[in-house]
Amino acid sequence: MKKITAIMMATVLAFGMTACGAAGGSGAAGGSGDTIKIGVFEPSTGDSASGGKKEILGMQYANTETPTVEVGGKTYKIELVMADNGSSADKAPSAASELVGKDVSLVLGSYGSGVSMAGGPKFEEAGLAAIGVTCTNPNVTAGNDYYFRICFLDNFQADVLANFAMDKFSAKKAYCLGENGNEYDQGLVAFFKQVFEAAGGEVIADSFPTNNSDFTSYLNKAKSEGADVIFTPVSIAYAKQIMEQANSLNIDIPFLGSDTLDDNMVLEATKGTNLKLYVSTFYQEGGSEAFDKGIKDYINSDSNAMTANGGNDTISAVTAMGYDAYYVALEAIKAAGSGDKAAIKAAIPNVKYDGVSGSIAFDAVGDAVRDTAYIKTADTASGTWAFEKVQTGSGNK
Amino acid sequence: MKQKKKSFSAVIGISVLLLFVILLENISALIPGLPQVFQPTSPLFTVLKKAAVYSLVAVSMNLLNGFTGLFSLGQAGFMLLGAYTYAILMVPADQKEQVYYLFGGCAFDSSLMDVLGKLFGTSGAGGAVSMILSCLIALILAGCVAGVFAYLIGIPVLRLKSDYLAIATLGFAEILRAIFQWQKLGKVTNGANMIKGFPTFSSFNITNSSGQIVLRLSTFVPFLIVSLCIVLIVLLINSSYGRAFKSVRDDEVAAEAMGINLFRHKMLSFVISSFFAGVGGALFAMYVANAQAKAFTSVMTYEILLIVVIGGIGSVSGSVLATFLYVACSEWWLRFLDSEQYIGGFKVPLLRNGFRMVIFSIVIMVIVLFFSQGIMGSNEINIGALLNRFKKKERKQ
Amino acid sequence: MEYVISVLLSGISVGGQYALIAIGYTLVYGILRLINFAHGDVFMVAGLMGIYFTATLPISVSLPLVIILTVLLGFTIERAAYKPLREAPRMSVMISAIGVSYLLQNTATYVTGGQPMTYPDIPFLSSTVNVAGTHTKWVVIITPFLVLVLVFALTQLINHTKVGMAMRAVSKDFETSMLMGIRIDRVISATFVIGSALAAIGSILFFTNYPAITPTAGAMPGLKAFVAAVFGGIGSIPGAVIGAFLIGICETIIKGLPSSWDVSVFSDAFTFALLIIILVFKPQGLFGEAATDKV
Repeated sequence: MKKITAIMMATVLAFGMTACGAAGGSGAAGGSGDTIKIGVFEPSTGDSASGGKKEILGMQYANTETPTVEVGGKTYKIELVMADNGSSADKAPSAASELVGKDVSLVLGSYGSGVSMAGGPKFEEAGLAAIGVTCTNPNVTAGNDYYFRICFLDNFQADVLANFAMDKFSAKKAYCLGENGNEYDQGLVAFFKQVFEAAGGEVIADSFPTNNSDFTSYLNKAKSEGADVIFTPVSIAYAKQIMEQANSLNIDIPFLGSDTLDDNMVLEATKGTNLKLYVSTFYQEGGSEAFDKGIKDYINSDSNAMTANGGNDTISAVTAMGYDAYYVALEAIKAAGSGDKAAIKAAIPNVKYDGVSGSIAFDAVGDAVRDTAYIKTADTASGTWAFEKVQTGSGNK
Repeated sequence: MKQKKKSFSAVIGISVLLLFVILLENISALIPGLPQVFQPTSPLFTVLKKAAVYSLVAVSMNLLNGFTGLFSLGQAGFMLLGAYTYAILMVPADQKEQVYYLFGGCAFDSSLMDVLGKLFGTSGAGGAVSMILSCLIALILAGCVAGVFAYLIGIPVLRLKSDYLAIATLGFAEILRAIFQWQKLGKVTNGANMIKGFPTFSSFNITNSSGQIVLRLSTFVPFLIVSLCIVLIVLLINSSYGRAFKSVRDDEVAAEAMGINLFRHKMLSFVISSFFAGVGGALFAMYVANAQAKAFTSVMTYEILLIVVIGGIGSVSGSVLATFLYVACSEWWLRFLDSEQYIGGFKVPLLRNGFRMVIFSIVIMVIVLFFSQGIMGSNEINIGALLNRFKKKERKQ
Repeated sequence: MEYVISVLLSGISVGGQYALIAIGYTLVYGILRLINFAHGDVFMVAGLMGIYFTATLPISVSLPLVIILTVLLGFTIERAAYKPLREAPRMSVMISAIGVSYLLQNTATYVTGGQPMTYPDIPFLSSTVNVAGTHTKWVVIITPFLVLVLVFALTQLINHTKVGMAMRAVSKDFETSMLMGIRIDRVISATFVIGSALAAIGSILFFTNYPAITPTAGAMPGLKAFVAAVFGGIGSIPGAVIGAFLIGICETIIKGLPSSWDVSVFSDAFTFALLIIILVFKPQGLFGEAATDKV
């Protein structure tokens, strides 16, 4: 009896599978009909959910601002198709093929390089172009013809920060702290070390285990070693933890952070403290007034958007990047003259777009040509970001 | 006689299944205009590949937990060993510079494929032979490395009783992960960065000289390897060793009294299970097209354990069935729960990101509490008996 | 010197927080022989409740409310997920515990939307103090003393009350105590109530010190507390506390070792290595009673 039930269950599910699949397939295919679908390959659960959601926010806002695109005299509606890659490499391939299966014309995302690298082959197989928004690891685009990106790379960012540390603080000794096993943290630390040591500085690097919450030993070590700056390119939750603990330890050494620290959760942790935090980032609030006002109105008008942004309307750089990515996608569709994925892929390398985060163009590998980063500092009295300077890497000196 | 008939029908069943997979994979090329779900880029195939890989790991865990009564939670650790062994051996020499970019190349300059490539040639049929052979050798070595480690770990921990064994093996998996992520071993393990660029399932697709795919085998290959491994496990379970394992599970004292060497049999089961977990890990690396220690957490082990429980502890076919259901549900069918849905203009409440996993864990709890036998209990699907039942029904009519 | 003091201080505070969780583990394991994997997640949920309640209610109301609701959660988990499986093999109960842990984590992800949440400042506990040249929060100083007080109260409860006696009897011999007329279910519920209450207090102390909460925030402290319970000898409350302090201090010392050795990443691995060594060479732990298997 049990066996029969089991077999029946299996059959029903198998039918369900085909039904679901068929339903997914019956929708308008990319390029046909009057809708063009753009896939959004972002984490909304897992470790990077916080950043992923803010990036989606930028795309959604751009979508409400410009919901249609005119190609060849015909107006197409743009539909954003979401797939959650769960911030983990084992969920990413299926999320990627979910998008492929829904016949999107191109893909935006992801926040986090690991998932982009895991999903990349699926897009390549399907001949679908993907535009990375804030995945900064060199290996995302290298070796994958179909992956492009609009942000700068880890080595550039580390270069910028190392130069900033030496310019601003005349730092001789830097303490670097990253998560063990996280390619983003370790990559930045390694590049930072290269640049900083080449310029005659001394670097002390440490890693902490995943899910660590006590950072006081590390911070005390930095203090007792006499470090001039502390470089912490870590993900948001850890950054928050580090800031809180640095405050209770009364650490007055300046902190340098990468683009992940440009987040209002981290900012909140520094409010009302004596901490000095400097981050390198893609966008500085005030860079485009129209965008700032528009996105703030959008966030304030929608409670879901407000929650996704962490409960206030401070603009994260990733949101601006998501916004720019959407418009780059539109440019690509216009250049391709249709929603056909092969035509779009062929068109992307020649797309040039002046976004709120600066002008965007692609090099031979598919990376954005960028030579500047914004450095901003946490204004601890008011709990906002203050613009520090535009910093170039050592190559531009 | 009966046994022979049974194994004969099993062989037929598996061959039919494999043929079906090949057909399914290539059907879109044969008959144009099929719904999206049958296209090679459909999520169906991603799910099938992942489920095939996971089913091997689930069966290997079942061998240990269900048939030998050893409650081990080290599966993710052994998968990690397998995945890294495969990846390190298979990254082609010309890719190493790019993959190990932080460490200035790998400690080994050559790979298995390059070695065999020198023997058989690197293009055409010779290239295919060297790729397939090197993959097979790497898969077996991946299993062996996991097996050897299991032996070393087993010497101390297999003396422990049930839940102590569980927590000790869990601990070993965590230690292994920390070691593989260590930057100091970067020349071999690539530290925190992922190893990629090695042959994946898609490399098995047969292409013509202009690079077009003639015959797709990327889903068939994992199915073939996994069914081979599962057949081996089933043969082991049905042998005298398998009967000894079961007696150890049912009553250690009685088994010992019957002259079964407890430690030896536990060790044998542990090593064999880890061997197949290692092969499964290598296949997993092929599925996600990279190897990174971050993916092999205890969450993965728990996921596999839950699959085994859903399928029925002590049932190989149950584990396989449960894997396909589990993977399809979590990665495909239930994805709609993660985004807002409208039924006839009515917005379904609660649906937003993360809801899928909540529903999913509730379903799992219901199964654990009310259907503790799982789908199959300790029974197996018997193709011969199924056929007979249908025949009887036909006769009745 | 300043550095050594600061490392020791954080070690003691980490240890104290592990201790509060470890007591919950050791009590439950002593009675049910169950590794309650969900205990760490109950701890995390208590933290989240603290955030949500203090957002609307004053602290004097919300903190007791957190403790009460956490106790209720622990009680419900036991009744819903463990009690139906009392006759089932031990493995099923443990799987059920893993299932509950999975459920709590996923629900937390759903409710928080995957964002790291900030624990509010608790007056006095969050304010900083200067000890021998190092700054730290008051909670760091208070934790060990609070732990000692709670442990003292708990040992009194176990050694000198009727419930305590019943708990000792049940952990010695489950069936016999049932035959002697002890209401097993009540005793088990009492254990879960005590364990959860301590986890709730632990969460207040822990998250005041480390204020970012993610859905997986309970997993690591949970596992380490379990190691502490095993280290001290499972079932023994003073053992669990001493084990927790030892592990907390060792861990921070490893993190504090010179960076050039690059061993700080192994602070977690060390905990597990310690567990395996203890299990292999002295399975009854520091203070546990040697168990004899009856055939």
